[in-house]
Amino acid sequence: MPQSVSTAVLQRPSRGTNGERSLSYVDAVREATDQEMTRDPSVLVFGLDVDDPKAIQGTTRRLLEKYGPRRVFGTPLSEDAMTGAAIGMALAGLRPIHVHIRMDFLMLAMNQLVNVAAKSRYMYGGKVSLPLVVRSMIGKSWGQGAQHSQGLYSFFMHVPGLKVVAPTTPYDAKGCLIAAIRDDNPVLYVEHRILHFQNGPVPASAYTVEPGRARITAEGQDVTLVGISQMQSDCLRARLYLEEVGIQAEVIDPIWLSPLDIDTISQSVEKTGRLLVVDNGWVCCGAAAEIATQVMERLQGHRPFRMRRMGFAPVTCPTAPNLEKLYYPDSRTIAAAARDLVEETKTGWMPCERPELQSFIFKGPF
Amino acid sequence: MFERLYKALYRIRLLEEELARVYPTDKIKSPIHLSIGQEAVSVGVCEALRPDDVVFGTYRGHALYLAKGGDMKAMVAELFGKATGCARGKGGSMHLISTEAGMMGASAVVGTTIANAVGYAYALRHQEKDSLVVAFFGDGASEEGVFAESLNFAALKQLPMLFVCENNGYAIHTPQERRQGRPDICARARAYGIPAERIEHNDVLYLFERARTMSAEIRAGGGPRFLEVMTYRWREHVGPNNDFRLGYRSEDEAAPWIDIDQVTRLESILAPERREQIQEEVEAEVEAALAFAEESPEPEPAELYTDVY
Repeated sequence: MPQSVSTAVLQRPSRGTNGERSLSYVDAVREATDQEMTRDPSVLVFGLDVDDPKAIQGTTRRLLEKYGPRRVFGTPLSEDAMTGAAIGMALAGLRPIHVHIRMDFLMLAMNQLVNVAAKSRYMYGGKVSLPLVVRSMIGKSWGQGAQHSQGLYSFFMHVPGLKVVAPTTPYDAKGCLIAAIRDDNPVLYVEHRILHFQNGPVPASAYTVEPGRARITAEGQDVTLVGISQMQSDCLRARLYLEEVGIQAEVIDPIWLSPLDIDTISQSVEKTGRLLVVDNGWVCCGAAAEIATQVMERLQGHRPFRMRRMGFAPVTCPTAPNLEKLYYPDSRTIAAAARDLVEETKTGWMPCERPELQSFIFKGPF
Repeated sequence: MFERLYKALYRIRLLEEELARVYPTDKIKSPIHLSIGQEAVSVGVCEALRPDDVVFGTYRGHALYLAKGGDMKAMVAELFGKATGCARGKGGSMHLISTEAGMMGASAVVGTTIANAVGYAYALRHQEKDSLVVAFFGDGASEEGVFAESLNFAALKQLPMLFVCENNGYAIHTPQERRQGRPDICARARAYGIPAERIEHNDVLYLFERARTMSAEIRAGGGPRFLEVMTYRWREHVGPNNDFRLGYRSEDEAAPWIDIDQVTRLESILAPERREQIQEEVEAEVEAALAFAEESPEPEPAELYTDVY
């Protein structure tokens, strides 16, 4: 097991906790699934390897023993048909959770997700509902490379009828998964492999983090940082670098990308006048583009503001560590971009790296 | 039984001929993929099913929807784009549904619903019901990856499923032998361990017998079964007309299929007075369905935004 998160920055308080119990993101996902499977016998979990000894990084551990092979099963390597089967199960009244160990594999399931899952309720005139959760993970570092690293959630944000959530803390991981399971619509639940290693407060009882609500994770008045998925952690670290130069950043975690809480983000930008959206994907046609545009539509003509997007370099993810480091935004490049935005000039500033603010380093083998 | 089969076939034939007739008036606001010539496949199988059994189909789905017991008025209203349609005017001809009758949907993307049917079958067994699911699809679907994946999973889990391949020989205008290295679709099903059988000549009576037997085997826990039914589409791929002028197939090729038309075949078995009685009933139903569709209101503009979630 790799070392735990190197910084206390991520141990930010979560609302609604009733006790100080700390869980990892992995255990939060596992607990949410377990509690919902106990509550509702129509909940099933399946996907490649959910019942193997590694149990999807531990997120499905002991579920097979507890609920049996009809409700917890590994599947053939058939993402397309198994997604279609999940849809059929949902049409029959079950609440399936289909698990993919990498988000890249969802490309094999696009037809079913986009053409069937997203559309069934509408194209059948409201005659059916489709409660389906599709879990997938974004990988990063240690040579994940071209096909184990992609954050492709904007594909799904594009399609009416789907919901998309990318929780970043153990608290939200549990609350969002329970909300997703109870939702009567298909929900793409996007995890990040690096976030799995985080610990944080998680209430023992079941609770939901409802769709369409962002969270202000740190308050400030000079610039609004919106960090998606794992970039949320880097934005919180960037905030500490920015304090060195007297800049107070407000950090927002959208949590739900569809439906998107643009009110919370717009209100923040109205206050700060500056918006930096840091995406865990490519910039072109990405989630950051959508967020920035929606803020523009809200504020134009009454509150001028400056904005910028950051995301993956517009290339395929390389495996050489030095190139991979350049490929991703990190807390220092985010801080530098935020400062330039605030000072309305290219300052050339790059904060000196502080060891306690280094990102978590994932080291193989898996 | 002959009467039931005849009535089911004639309902579909007469309605679709009527739809083709009114199509030039533009009252139908939807592409139509007519089943004329292929009705026997849906009828032969569905007459062997129970009301609580479930079917999934394709964009050429009028016959299946009607054969499974879908409401004719709601179907025609759907084609007319009316609020009283089976999908409230939001699905059209290619996405017919009747949850009451167990017609659980149809896709315009070839092969797609095969997997949905497999999942539904998994759910039925999970819920300890003894209903079964039938996936209807064409010969073209057997070339899709989802076909192979679905057969494998159904065989693996021994699901209560009947696969019905409605082989009309063409994917739009391309014949099967130009698309498949080995055009033996049943062999592919058997390769997954699923008992498979090919029904020749669009034979509704034999198909009905085989579907009834296979349904019983499936219900008894025997696992999935596979039927390939050889049939023929008389009209163009999409639209109300013939298409022999396109040159991809000939009237000579169609002639033997028209000679063994199952509607005419059953018509000749029935006593003339019973036949006429059935025809009158069906004619009245078709007339009423078209009138209902015509008189029904359009969806309210606000409906554009309903049922997205």
